[in-house]
Amino acid sequence: MGIGKKIMTWARIKSPWILHFNSGSCNGCDIEIVAALTPRFDVERFGVIIRGTPRHADVLVCSGPVTRQIRDRLKRIYDQMPSPKFVVAVGTCACTGGVFDGCYNVLGGIDSVIPVSAYIPGCPVNPEAIIDGVVKLVGSLEEGKSA
Amino acid sequence: MSDHSITVPIGPQHPALKEPAGFMLQVSGEKITGVSIRLGYNHRGIEKACEDRSYIQDIYLIERICGICSHSHSTAFIQAVEEIAGLQVPPRAQYIRTLVAELERLHSHLLWLGVAGHEIGFDTLLMYTWRDRESVLDLLADLTGNRVNYGINTIGGVRRDIDPAKIENILKIVDAVEERTKYYINLATEETTLIQRLSGVGALSKEDALRLGAVGPTARASGVARDVRRDDPYISYGELDFKVCTSDQCDVYGRTVVRLLELMESFSIIRQVCAKMPDGPVSVKAPRKVPAGEALSRYEAPRGEDVHYVRANGTDRPERVKVRAPTLANLQSVAKMLEDRYLADTPIIIAAIDPCFSCTDRMIVTDERSGSTRGMCWDELRRHGIEWYRARGIDTTRIKLALP
Repeated sequence: MGIGKKIMTWARIKSPWILHFNSGSCNGCDIEIVAALTPRFDVERFGVIIRGTPRHADVLVCSGPVTRQIRDRLKRIYDQMPSPKFVVAVGTCACTGGVFDGCYNVLGGIDSVIPVSAYIPGCPVNPEAIIDGVVKLVGSLEEGKSA
Repeated sequence: MSDHSITVPIGPQHPALKEPAGFMLQVSGEKITGVSIRLGYNHRGIEKACEDRSYIQDIYLIERICGICSHSHSTAFIQAVEEIAGLQVPPRAQYIRTLVAELERLHSHLLWLGVAGHEIGFDTLLMYTWRDRESVLDLLADLTGNRVNYGINTIGGVRRDIDPAKIENILKIVDAVEERTKYYINLATEETTLIQRLSGVGALSKEDALRLGAVGPTARASGVARDVRRDDPYISYGELDFKVCTSDQCDVYGRTVVRLLELMESFSIIRQVCAKMPDGPVSVKAPRKVPAGEALSRYEAPRGEDVHYVRANGTDRPERVKVRAPTLANLQSVAKMLEDRYLADTPIIIAAIDPCFSCTDRMIVTDERSGSTRGMCWDELRRHGIEWYRARGIDTTRIKLALP
């Protein structure tokens, strides 16, 4: 690994900036994602900062199943993110469609539209599980895997 | 000045809501001259899906309409089903439902207070209220086994009983959260920066509130004393003593005060529920098939009146389920509130109806058109609002908060 790449990996591990995107979720996972950012859980200690635009983000944190209407937006947001980019599916709905599987306007999990790096199941996901998922994702970057 | 007016699309991605909205704002300089709202981005087809699932399965699906007011939706739904089936729910179950309902109101209003703080650049308040909210979530987890979608309701009662140790714990934590709420009430009524920032923003007169069908704290802050808990008591509200909090401020400041005062009422309701908790079973056996009939059920969710309609046809599945959530009722008022206001006020005005805004920064502009349309993302707009007011001497980041 060249020195430039080493520095980049180090920077990436120390500051995974996230974009939170709700693709049709019930809000349950969303409030837990925010809860993970607030004092009790505080994922900011791992350098995680929530950003408002895909162009600033390394990690796309998706919650909820993909609805028919949101599919194109989700794709577009994913395309707007600079590489290398990672997608974390938070919640059972984001993983598989969950309780909404079979609804006429639901396509399924996030991976039916864009590639997913990490799946965090739970309905809703506990903030502890989100932290675990984030740490595992960061850990896999450290080992040099493409996550 | 129509030559100089531009269109600012906010959204259409607004995924926080169960009724996600795109706002197209016509602005002339800094003034908003026209607003149009687009809905439907998070439409999942829950009502239709309910028709393919049994009543028991529907409870869990309905609960996931919204993660913040999950108990509101599931209670409104089972109330309708219980009415059709003619079930007599034991009083203890009703009291437990009321307890969870008020705890939900606590967490939801605290959540809103933090989000409102965030929108006006007062992030310290967000961190403070969300930390206080965690203790309420601990109670809910202790009581129901889950932090967010509680799953305590079942047709004919509740799924878990409550023991004296839990009641003691609830009373202890409620006392602590009440102290913090009193501090926030002092802050809201005495901190001039906050009062200046919120007063007069998002005005909605009583006449407009009535005409546009505003519900919940949005209506009550415009002087409309409407609360389903008092007007059409359900579960055990008929046996409890509480008052409906209103304000004549008719603006975002009024909405803040109403929510804070409602928190105080919720503490009182929780204490009454704990003191009066009757003995007995927590559920009755419910039939798998519900006889034909229809029922409409009303429920005062933290955001306003939630209406569920259920039609049964004698099978184990409903024939039709219809949900009217409170945010939908309040969206028309938002268009009115935004008119003739400054662009800088948009985030707090939209957030002030508490449109299931569990978290911010999710209005992401993906619509970039040429010509007179300028894209603006929620974060950008929020920062614009904070800077705009800071330039005029209102800086919420300067407010010092006392440590709990």
